[in-house]
Amino acid sequence: MSEPLIRTRSLAKHYSMGDTEVPALRGVSLDIDRGEFVAVMGPSGSGKSTFMNLLGCLDHPSSGEYWLSGQEVSRLSGDELAAVRNRKIGFVFQHFNLLPRTTARDNVALPLLYRGATAAERHDKAMRCLEQVGLGDRHHHQPTQLSGGQQQRVAIARALASDPMLILADEPTGALDSRTSVEIMALLQALNRQGLTVVLVTHEQDVAAYAGRIIHFRDGRVVEDRANAPRNAAGDLTAASPAGAS
Amino acid sequence: MNFLATLRVALRALRVNKLRSALTMLGIIIGVAAVIIMVAVGAGAQARVEEQIRALGSNLIIVFSASATFTGARSGAGSLQTISEDDAYAIGRELEEIQAAAPALRGSGQVVSGNANWSTIFYGITNDYFEAREWTIVEGRPFEPSEIYGAAKVAIIGQTVATNLFGDASPVDQVVRIRKVPLTVIGVLERKGQSLSGQDQDDIVLVPISTARKRVLGSTSLAKSRSVGSISVKVRQGIDVGVAEGKVRELLRQRHRLQPGQDDDFNVRNMAEVLQTQEESSRVMAMLLAAVASVSLVVGGIGIMNIMLVSVTERTREIGLRMAVGARSRDILTQFLVEAVVLSLIGGFAGIALGVGGSLMVGQLAGWRIELSMASVALAVGFAGAVGVFFGFYPARKAASLLPIEALRYE
Ligand SMILES: Nc1ncnc2c1ncn2[C@@H]1O[C@H](COP(=O)(O)OP(=O)(O)OP(=O)(O)O)[C@@H](O)[C@H]1O
Ligand SMILES: [Mg+2]
Repeated sequence: MSEPLIRTRSLAKHYSMGDTEVPALRGVSLDIDRGEFVAVMGPSGSGKSTFMNLLGCLDHPSSGEYWLSGQEVSRLSGDELAAVRNRKIGFVFQHFNLLPRTTARDNVALPLLYRGATAAERHDKAMRCLEQVGLGDRHHHQPTQLSGGQQQRVAIARALASDPMLILADEPTGALDSRTSVEIMALLQALNRQGLTVVLVTHEQDVAAYAGRIIHFRDGRVVEDRANAPRNAAGDLTAASPAGAS
Repeated sequence: MNFLATLRVALRALRVNKLRSALTMLGIIIGVAAVIIMVAVGAGAQARVEEQIRALGSNLIIVFSASATFTGARSGAGSLQTISEDDAYAIGRELEEIQAAAPALRGSGQVVSGNANWSTIFYGITNDYFEAREWTIVEGRPFEPSEIYGAAKVAIIGQTVATNLFGDASPVDQVVRIRKVPLTVIGVLERKGQSLSGQDQDDIVLVPISTARKRVLGSTSLAKSRSVGSISVKVRQGIDVGVAEGKVRELLRQRHRLQPGQDDDFNVRNMAEVLQTQEESSRVMAMLLAAVASVSLVVGGIGIMNIMLVSVTERTREIGLRMAVGARSRDILTQFLVEAVVLSLIGGFAGIALGVGGSLMVGQLAGWRIELSMASVALAVGFAGAVGVFFGFYPARKAASLLPIEALRYE
C-alpha cells in the first residue's frame, strides 16, 4: 500500500485563553506508514499531547489537514469521529483510565459496547484480548486489585478490543517503574510485529529506544525525525531476569 | 449501544452509590406514595358523596316551613309553622309529576327503654315518608293507616337507636318511652349511615304523625293545628326536578294565597342540587389533594436532577473515556437519561407499595373511605417516569455535550 496510515499537512492547534491565543501546535506535516513504531519526544509543553489528541480524533485541529487511512478526518462530525475512534484507534493513557469497580473483562469490553456487540461477543473478545496481554486469569479482577503494570496491560487489552489499526499511547510508561516499563514496551513491540501501527509519547530515551522512528517536537513543531534501530524489549527482559519470569 | 446493555450500565452505576441512589429515590417514593394516598382519599370522599346522592335519590325535594328553617326576620318564639299536612296531601294528589309527598313533624328528646336511655330525634310521619326517602324497614312492619291517623302508640326505630337501647336483641314488640309516652316498637329501619353533614341518619325514631302531634310533642296549639315542619317530595322518575320544584312552589303559593311579588312563606330545597354542589366541592378537594401530592413528586424530581448533576461532574473522566473508545453523544445522553429514569421508576414502584399500604392504613386509622384505583397507580408511576425523563434530561445533555478531550483531562 502506497498511502500512509497517517498523513498530516500543516496541522495546527491553538487554544484561546481569554483574548490571547496559545499556539500548541504550529503546523506539523508528517506521514506515518502502516506497521511503524514511532516514539514522539520533546520537552514539556512542546505539543506532543496536543498532536496525539488530534491523531486520536479526540480534538479538532484549528487548521491543517489530517488523513487517517485515506479518510479526511479533520472535518468529520462528532459522531463520525466517535465511529473512527471506535473502529480504527486504540488508546493507552498514562494513568490507565480504567473504569473503577469494574472487572478487567468489562473494562476491556467497553469499546465493543458502542458498536452493538452482543454480550457473548463482548465477553469472548475481551477474554481473548486479556489472554493476549497475559492476563487471562485476572479477568474478574477490578482495577484496585491489579498492579500498575497489570492495569496498563488491561488498558492495552482494551485498546486491542476494537481491532484498531493504530495504537496511540501518551506516556504509557509514565506511571510505571523501569522494569514494568520494559514489560509494557515488550507488549507494544509484539503487537507492532503483528502489524499494528504504534505511536507513543515518552520523555525517556530508554523507552524511545524500542521504537523504529523517533520524532522530536519543540514549540509545536517537528524539529527532528529520524529512523532508529530498535532495541528488543523481550530480549532486555530475559537479560534482566535470567530465570525468565512471565 | 443496545438498550439492555445501557440498562445494565445504568444499574451498575446506581449500585456503586447505593445509599445515595436510595436517598434520591426516597423523594420519588414519597411523591408517588403521596399521590396514591391523596387520590385514594379524595376518590373515597367523592365516592361517598356519590353514594349518598344515590341513596337519597336525586329526585328529592324538601319543602321547609319558612320559620322552621330560618331564624330571620320572620322568626319569633313559637312562631307558627307555615306549611301543613294538607299542603303535603295536595302536592301528592294534584301534581302528577310527584310520586310521593310526605309531611313530617320533627322533635327531639330522650328515648327510654328499661334502664337504657338515648337522646335522639323523632319524626311524626305518614307511610309516604318511606317512599319519599327510599327507606325500607328491615324488621317488623310499616304503620297501619289506622295507626297513622289514630295516634297509635307505636314507633319504628333506626339502627343506632336499636343498638343503643337493645344491643343485639330484637327491638320489635318492645316498649320505649319518649317524653313519658310509651310506644311499642313495630319496626326497625334499614341502615343508612352518615349524612353528608356527618349526622348519623340511623339515630332516629319514627312515629305516626298524629301520635307526634297529639301525644309526644303535646303542645295544645300544635295539637289543634295541621302544620308540619317539612314535606319530603319525591319527583317521579323521568321528570325534571327543576320543573317539579316550580310546580310545587306554584301550588303552595296558590294554597297560601300569596300575591305576586310577595315572598314565599316556605322554602324549597332541591336535595340533588345541594348534593351536587357538595360533590363538586369534594371533586375539587380531591384534585387539590392530588395536585399538592404531585408537588412532592416534582420535588423528588429535582432531587434526581441534583444527584445526576453531581454524578455527571464526578464521572467526567469516565464520560471522556467512554467517548474516547467510541461512545457517541447520544450514547452518553441515553446512559444518563436511563439512569435517571431507572432511579425514578424503581422509586415509583416502591412508592406504589408504600402508597397502597399507606392508603389502607389511613383508611383503617382515620376510618375514612378510600378508593384505590389502577388508574391513579398507573398515573403516579407514569408521572414518576416522566419526572425522571424531564429532570434527567438536563444533566444527561450536559454529559453528552462534553468534548471528549476536555472530559478526559478533567481533574
Ligand atoms: N486545554 C488547553 N488550554 C490552553 N492551553 C493548552 C491546553 N492544552 C495544552 N495547552 C498548551 O499547549 C501547549 C502544548 O501542550 P501539550 O499538552 O501538548 O504539551 P506536551 O508536549 O504534551 O507536554 P508534556 O510533556 O508536559 O505532557 C502547552 O503550552 C500548554 O500550555
Ligand atoms: Mg503531554
